[in-house]
Amino acid sequence: MSKTEFDIVIIGGGPGGYVAAIRGAQLGLNIAVVEAAHLGGICLNWGCIPTKALLRSSEINHLLHHLGEFGFAADNIRFDLDKVVKRSRKVAGQLSSGVAHLLKKNKVTVFDGFGKLADKDGARRKVEVSKDGKPVATLTAPHVILATGARARVLPGLEPDGKLIWSYREAMVPTELPKRLMVIGSGAIGVEFASFYRNMGAEVTLVEVLDRILPVEDEEISALAHKAFLKQGMTILTGAKIGAVRKNGDSVTVPVEAGGKSQEITVDRVISAVGIVGNVENLGLDGTAIAVDRTHIKVDPYCRTGEPGIYAIGDIAGPPWLAHKASHEGVLCVEAIAGHTIHPIDPTNIPGCTYCRPQIASVGLTEARAKDAGHKVRVGRFPFIGNGKAIAAGEPEGMVKTVFDATTGELLGAHMIGAEVTEMIQGYVIARTSELTEAELKETVFPHPTISETMHEAVLAAYDGALHI
Amino acid sequence: MSVNILMPALSPTMTEGKLARWLKKEGEQIQSGDVIAEIETDKATMEVEAVDEGTLGRILVTEGTEGVKVNAPIAILVAEGETVPEGAEPAPASTPVPEASAPVEASAPVKAAPAAATPAAAQNGTRVFASPLARRIAKLKGIDLSGVTGSGPNGRIVRRDVEGASAAPASAAPAPARPAASAPVAIEASYKAVPNSTIRKVIAKRLTEAKSTIPHFYVAIDVELDALLALRAQLNAASPADGPDAFKLSVNDMLVKAAAVTLRRVPGVNASYTEDATILYDDVDISVAVSIPDGLITPIIRNADSKSLRQISQDAKDLIARARAGKLKPQEFQGGSFSISNMGMYGVKEFSAIINPPQAAILAIAAGEKRAVVKGDEIRIATVMTVTLSVDHRVVDGALAAEWVSTFRSVVESPFSLVV
Repeated sequence: MSKTEFDIVIIGGGPGGYVAAIRGAQLGLNIAVVEAAHLGGICLNWGCIPTKALLRSSEINHLLHHLGEFGFAADNIRFDLDKVVKRSRKVAGQLSSGVAHLLKKNKVTVFDGFGKLADKDGARRKVEVSKDGKPVATLTAPHVILATGARARVLPGLEPDGKLIWSYREAMVPTELPKRLMVIGSGAIGVEFASFYRNMGAEVTLVEVLDRILPVEDEEISALAHKAFLKQGMTILTGAKIGAVRKNGDSVTVPVEAGGKSQEITVDRVISAVGIVGNVENLGLDGTAIAVDRTHIKVDPYCRTGEPGIYAIGDIAGPPWLAHKASHEGVLCVEAIAGHTIHPIDPTNIPGCTYCRPQIASVGLTEARAKDAGHKVRVGRFPFIGNGKAIAAGEPEGMVKTVFDATTGELLGAHMIGAEVTEMIQGYVIARTSELTEAELKETVFPHPTISETMHEAVLAAYDGALHI
Repeated sequence: MSVNILMPALSPTMTEGKLARWLKKEGEQIQSGDVIAEIETDKATMEVEAVDEGTLGRILVTEGTEGVKVNAPIAILVAEGETVPEGAEPAPASTPVPEASAPVEASAPVKAAPAAATPAAAQNGTRVFASPLARRIAKLKGIDLSGVTGSGPNGRIVRRDVEGASAAPASAAPAPARPAASAPVAIEASYKAVPNSTIRKVIAKRLTEAKSTIPHFYVAIDVELDALLALRAQLNAASPADGPDAFKLSVNDMLVKAAAVTLRRVPGVNASYTEDATILYDDVDISVAVSIPDGLITPIIRNADSKSLRQISQDAKDLIARARAGKLKPQEFQGGSFSISNMGMYGVKEFSAIINPPQAAILAIAAGEKRAVVKGDEIRIATVMTVTLSVDHRVVDGALAAEWVSTFRSVVESPFSLVV
């Protein structure tokens, strides 16, 4: 009989829940994690990590087809899709068991089952755990953290059927490469799949309802990505209206109205990537003071719900839907429970990364949003073509854009597109979190030759003028 | 042409330091490379060499001043035969080394330096931790960071703190009410968060520093007031009924004078502690604690020992009225060599006050009340008040404090020394 009384019970073992558990254990608290599927959650098993493995393969495929640029020649370049997918699954499996090990090492008790809030037991909360509908255990704790994450949003008529219409899940384990693919939705998930399949050789049509792809990014970055994808041979339809989808035997016909033109596009597979909804069902929220707004639990900056002792972190607690936001919230939520002084997250300090080719990364306000917020801005831009390392690496396409407040010198936002930008954005994130101004960024010595010099140049461009352009 | 000599950075991380010693005097010729001053940081003492040659026209930061910001002007160098331009005010020659400061405005020891150059100077050698952006915004808005409480990591002042500070004084534009971050979970009861005004933050900071860094001890004594009250009645009866010469002395006016006379007789209490020396003030300047909306302020009655009671009374009335109206000039509440806090009007039996640094003592005055006192072998009625002197043990030892309070008692009980 395992222990059932804890200091904190965490429902959900994704990047929010398992990180919260480790931090709680470090603080000497008794923690239980209830996970219904895989430790590591979607991120690790069906999201961030396995897609990165796939994208790496597609990047290699791209390079193999451009060997000539680097002085190589090879014939008969091909890949085994099954092996590509297997590698992705192996990576996910390795990391998931790594999480299990971390939790064990930290003496966190893991319950395999579905967790649900039950009634109160004095100042303690009960959490019922069931597996396949059968009760497994009843846990109690004064604090319960809900970290059940989110799943793909389903549009009527575009319900994933596992065969012709895919969600991210099917899209991650293709058995054969579709010749023609349509991706509906051009957020980070949609664009990454579009990029993967295009670089693996599929004909890809990217469809976006709004007037530009990657609508949360800065407009100039969207435009540059658009141009780069077109150059790679992608078809892009923005401002699109999708009609009733017709399924044929082994293809799908999608009526699309875009740019004043109606057309019927027939493709082999459709990937629906039109946002996410929070996993708030069957959590036992009824009859509690926990407020739910459009599938997301309402919380204060300390992750507290309306119900004393119940917290929510990560995707279920609202945007941005990013693993690193979930983990950070998990840490600060647990630290607050332990009585530490914590600093709520400033959403404008959360970076966003999209791992398409070229990569996209950003933090803070776009130029348009900064102006809307009433800032007088100074904008700096620097293209990769002015950077030695980018040219040497054969990656001359890209740009870094900085947006400063003209009065205070605050770095309001930074927007990057090009090779390795997802690895570099943290520099600007540190600048924002530390509240550096243009003065410190200008005085920072960036190593040469690196692509990161473009970050320095983009700061100089906003003030004194860039040196290498 | 005149050139500002700036506070040098002795290391890449130095943000401020102490100007320990001037090795050149005003008017002296300086050659490039001459050692002109010594600067101390917490780590080292270093010599400052002149870069240019000329005449040391004016010293802007007196020696012994702590917390001088890097790049703040410390002196003005002029070409031979030239004079220092207008507007560059020198430190008053008679200023004692660390300018005594009042509790409310954390007055800068470097205040004689051209102020515009160092608006956010760290006070009293305490380093101010603030993000570059917070410093920039504070500078733009003219906010003194030493009065701002930081809410960032390890109490660092961040943007939201200075944005809140600018809106703070009295008008109370609602700063975002943040739950107390140290125990966010505990606040379940309903509450109202009143944003702290700048003055509240300064008081909090200064008093915390005083109470936690100064080794206080307290000496109380009972003082009979009847003679002083009788004298007061006589004096007030001598006042014209009205007109510009009319006066009405308060008990407090007389106690201010009594404290001043006592300080003249026991000058060791009219002092300040510094690391290297005990500063004995030449003048007796009494800071009088005055409550104002949302805080308190200590206007100064200067040279109270040599002023007449009537003058003290007039000064006090004027200062208190302007203090409550928020119209005091900085020099009217910054400085002072000794403080008095009088809560007699509230009927308190006794209390002890927190020292107002860098002063060495503060006198807490409680209510005068009729008590039974034993005189010889008889019990009779007298008006008695209990006063408590809080002293900085680094400067004033027990015997000296005892001497002071007993002298004060004899001055009050034989009050003619207040008028002659």
